[in-house]
Amino acid sequence: MLRFVLRRLLITIPTILVVITLTWGLIRLAPGNFYSGEKPIPKAIENNIREKYGLNKPWYVQYGKMMGHVLLLDFGTSLKYEGQSVNGIIARSLPVSAAIGLSAYLLALLVGITLGSFAALKQNSKLDYASMALAMVGISVPNFVLGPILVLIFSLTLYWLPPARWYGFPSRGMVLPVLTLSGIYMAYIARLTRAGMLEVLRSDYIRTARSKGLSERQVVMRHALRGGLMPVVSFTGPALAFLLTGTVVVERLFTLPGLGNYFIQASLNRDEPLIIGIVSFIAITLLLMNLVVDIAYAYLDPRIRY
Amino acid sequence: MNEDKRVSEPEVIHTPPEFVVAEEELHTPPGEEIVAGTSLWRDAWRRLLKNRLAVFGMIVVILVAVASLVGPEIIKRVNGFGPDYIPSDSRLIKSFAPFRAPDGSFSWTHPMGTDNQGRDIMARVLQGGQISLMVGIIATIVSLLIGVAYGAVAGYLGGRIDNLMMRFVDILYSLPYIILVIVLLAMFRSSTAVGQLVLLFIALGSVSWLTMARIVRGQVLSLKNQEFVLAARATGVSTTRIIFRHIVPNTLGPVIVYATLTIPTVMLSEAFLSYLGFGVQPPLASWGSLASDGIQNIAIFPWQLIFPGLTMALTLFSLNFLGDGLRDALDPQMRKV
Repeated sequence: MLRFVLRRLLITIPTILVVITLTWGLIRLAPGNFYSGEKPIPKAIENNIREKYGLNKPWYVQYGKMMGHVLLLDFGTSLKYEGQSVNGIIARSLPVSAAIGLSAYLLALLVGITLGSFAALKQNSKLDYASMALAMVGISVPNFVLGPILVLIFSLTLYWLPPARWYGFPSRGMVLPVLTLSGIYMAYIARLTRAGMLEVLRSDYIRTARSKGLSERQVVMRHALRGGLMPVVSFTGPALAFLLTGTVVVERLFTLPGLGNYFIQASLNRDEPLIIGIVSFIAITLLLMNLVVDIAYAYLDPRIRY
Repeated sequence: MNEDKRVSEPEVIHTPPEFVVAEEELHTPPGEEIVAGTSLWRDAWRRLLKNRLAVFGMIVVILVAVASLVGPEIIKRVNGFGPDYIPSDSRLIKSFAPFRAPDGSFSWTHPMGTDNQGRDIMARVLQGGQISLMVGIIATIVSLLIGVAYGAVAGYLGGRIDNLMMRFVDILYSLPYIILVIVLLAMFRSSTAVGQLVLLFIALGSVSWLTMARIVRGQVLSLKNQEFVLAARATGVSTTRIIFRHIVPNTLGPVIVYATLTIPTVMLSEAFLSYLGFGVQPPLASWGSLASDGIQNIAIFPWQLIFPGLTMALTLFSLNFLGDGLRDALDPQMRKV
């Protein structure tokens, strides 16, 4: 087990370095600069700016400096939000994204597993078809269409919930963003649960459980769910990646001051330290979470040996 | 054990008539591969037609594609305006509700209403469909070319090269690729709409080939030790030719299935990027960018969002059902999510 974790960590580190190098390369290879605007600026001023940010040094010195920042996990100051440290911006915006993202994921697990298991238990019934059609709708409706429609109904017509802005955690303002974000996960998790449960319900150990006289409830809750939910566990890794792209949209729709919103702004402003900071943060979180999922998987499924 | 379970699923058992056909055709002289091959496809086609949801999906996709192709032209012939027509009368430059004439009476002129500039939304949605479908199809083709070539080479060569190539895929798998796509599109922003579109094809195509590569590799691994490959090698056919002329055509089933499922994913990514302002740029419009424009006016003119949004959702819905149906028909063993 320890060997497995160590080996995975060893693959994870170069992966993070590749992501950061790619991002940095893209920023540097692209034409233009963060200070270039509509009007060309005087040569003397440009030289001063390049001097100040070390852009006149050879590329490997700049790359080394950037990597140094990454290794120390101190990403320097933003170019656009003057005087603000990148770490400060991440620390401030992360709780917003995390609150929305994790709530959405929990909601999706709850609804998705329930729908999926009932669909599997009553395979080919009306309930099964209805929930699978609903899941397909969830996968097909983009979240930036779903969100405004929810706003139109619940905020602008019924006046129940605020249509935008961050009101802290927990608050009524979180309801619509969380619903918007969780739609697609609910759908995926319901489909995964159904597929997993269908396979497990046909297996020998479920027949054994039934034949020794356990109630249907016990068979499902104690035996089937544990095996049937394995695909959902392994989906957690990709789900986090989805969560990331989802929050970008949701934060923009509901004007929430989260990580995704800052990332989009930083990309548009070519705010290199902020881009590198957020990308590194995301890559590290994602890869560590994937590692955690793999370990959890090994614990849940006794057949897996590393 | 799982494999056995899946093979013994009803569809396979219920196909004795087709099997008879298949066996008869197997007796045709060797060399006529196409004749022997059709029975597999005919089999799959029959299974597909039995799946009502997949047939529904196929019909809707065809309808949407045809409407997008010829619709704007028909509207132009009938009403005399195209998707980009802004009325010269300034009183008409505002958003009218669906089926409403400027005086508030019922009219067939704008079944989906007009946008802020008085442009017909239906014409714009249909033309946006051209762009959305084009992005979906071309980016999928890009991913298909990369994925099939990569997977086939890795699978056929095997050993250390295969290991190295697949580890590389593993690493790419764990990248937050959409983040890289955003950085790529933001940094290399093209000043022309067509340039941005090409960038979008490349960006989306180059991140969506990973699963394809894995699927093709798996297929190739099971194919490469079969007799026809041995025969080809014995007659001195070059490795490249064996891979691309003998092995790749045999992986077509799963490739088609997965390509069908890649199209909606890519279209969704395109819409996502267009919503953020990195995707399709004006004067071109896609469903994503139209919906994104519509969001600005959601409170007053909801139809500006609802029509492009629902058209897109319906198309993705149908494509997903069609893809699922194709998977069940062509490759019952591959069924998962």
